[in-house]
Amino acid sequence: MSASLLSDISIFLLSLLVGFEVISKVPSTLHTPLMSAANSIHGIVLVGAMLTAAAAHTTVGYVLSFIAAAFAGMNVVGGYRVTDRMLQMFKRPPLPPKGGTDQDRS
Amino acid sequence: MSTISTVTSLAYLVAAASFVIGLHLMNSPASARRGSQLSSAGMAIAVAATIARIAYDGLITPTGWAVLGAGTLLGAGVGLRSAYTIKMTAIPQLVSLFNAVGGGAAALVAIADFVRLTGVPRASIVPSVMVPTVLDVVIGAVTFTGSLLAAGKLQGWVPGRPLVFPGVRLVNILLAVVVLGGGAYLFSGADNGWVLTAVLLAALAFGVTMVLPIGGADMPVVISMLNALTGTAVAMAGFVIGNSALIIAGALVGASGAILTKLMADAMNRSIANIVVGGFGTGDALDPGAAAIGGDIRQIGAADAAIQLAYASKVIIVPGYGLAAAQAQHEVAQLAVLLQERGADVSFAIHPVAGRMPGHMNVLLAEANVPYTLLKEMDEINPEFPQADVALVIGANDVTNPAARRAGTAISGMPILDVDRAKHVIVIKRSMGHGYAGIDNELYTDPKTEMFLADAKTGLAELTAAIKTLVG
Repeated sequence: MSASLLSDISIFLLSLLVGFEVISKVPSTLHTPLMSAANSIHGIVLVGAMLTAAAAHTTVGYVLSFIAAAFAGMNVVGGYRVTDRMLQMFKRPPLPPKGGTDQDRS
Repeated sequence: MSTISTVTSLAYLVAAASFVIGLHLMNSPASARRGSQLSSAGMAIAVAATIARIAYDGLITPTGWAVLGAGTLLGAGVGLRSAYTIKMTAIPQLVSLFNAVGGGAAALVAIADFVRLTGVPRASIVPSVMVPTVLDVVIGAVTFTGSLLAAGKLQGWVPGRPLVFPGVRLVNILLAVVVLGGGAYLFSGADNGWVLTAVLLAALAFGVTMVLPIGGADMPVVISMLNALTGTAVAMAGFVIGNSALIIAGALVGASGAILTKLMADAMNRSIANIVVGGFGTGDALDPGAAAIGGDIRQIGAADAAIQLAYASKVIIVPGYGLAAAQAQHEVAQLAVLLQERGADVSFAIHPVAGRMPGHMNVLLAEANVPYTLLKEMDEINPEFPQADVALVIGANDVTNPAARRAGTAISGMPILDVDRAKHVIVIKRSMGHGYAGIDNELYTDPKTEMFLADAKTGLAELTAAIKTLVG
């Protein structure tokens, strides 16, 4: 087993453990944004798609790189945007009890 | 190590740290948004460093740049547009869709690498590359079709009920044989493109046969599981191309998905294996025709329900799937504001699987401007039910059924909200039909429960209007 593979496996295992540790503390109120944020983080596959495109020299390689880049771009950009949109809705209670007039629709 | 590769490696390290800290900041609603922004900044650094690296190396062709630029911009445009326009009720579909493309991209990275390596004369691909390649292709392909199908089910394009076709077990066994046999063949050092294609197709098909028999109510578990799988696929892609950023980020997501899957399965009282095998509540042992409930129920109109709510000093609202389906989050928020103005103590009791994905109900209520301090988790709110003058159940069924506390029912052992311990219970429900488990809800026949049969949206609007006219 090469040294680089061994270090990659170590990184993988330790990251898994860090993930378990960090995420088990997230309250269920935030589970949807958490999942959406995790979803955006695996958008890092865009880096993989970029390196693939850099190594491509054949038509097949270009086609695969194009689809991979489009998929990954959608994943990462859309994922972060929608996570942020959700999280900005989570508000603290207003300090003085807020009047309902602006929300009345009757 | 050259300067440029040192710089990119450091950039990846910064990105990885920002992902971990970003996830850590999601421990509280107050800091969660900052966490997500930090994580996106880390992502931008990783991408910028990669661009610099590619440009410096100079191995990329002009066509490569064009392909990369056009692909990323196209994907980013589509993603951004859907993220801006999506309705909060449809978030589960969108998350599933993003998950699908992420898994697909991970599989494509490995496939492109395989194609490139087999295109040049060389010794056979070493096992340390071949093993993650096969794993990445298999897991990525399963999540791609599985997540697309899950999104289709959530969107209503594919029926949400469990779809079982005859011979599905046999088909699954055949697919497993192709994947395992092909994988073993490739591991042995024979890098045959046709074998990888067969493995890819079998994995794509398995994604479909895996999700097809799973019912709509099990979706929170399935989405979490597919999320974990995509993370793992991305980590495998990292092994294939030797990139630590992908390995770390993929492992983090894999861990998060695994935890959520376990939490959701526990909250539904199901084992993960049981959900994946499917067939729960499909009606074989139960009688779905017997929708009429045994025992007497008491019906109530909007006016009487309004009076009770108006004079209650502590109200606990229990929103369920029916509220999400009727998109009544704004109506319930208005009612809560009105009751608060009248001096009542109002809180929301949220079961972990309320909604269509983990925590979905909280997002819907946040959208309707309900402050997150009013949203109470099950363990936090259960001791408060005995003090509640009125518990208002809206479109929630199985998660309130006291039968779960007894042995021998379809939901025995499932964690439930202790609604039956409130002093008085009002249930807003469209019909007397059964919940997903297909059994009678004993809460409805409890002497202190009254049923207000109405659609969640119109029922809540009527209640709010009645409180205003009757008691000012």
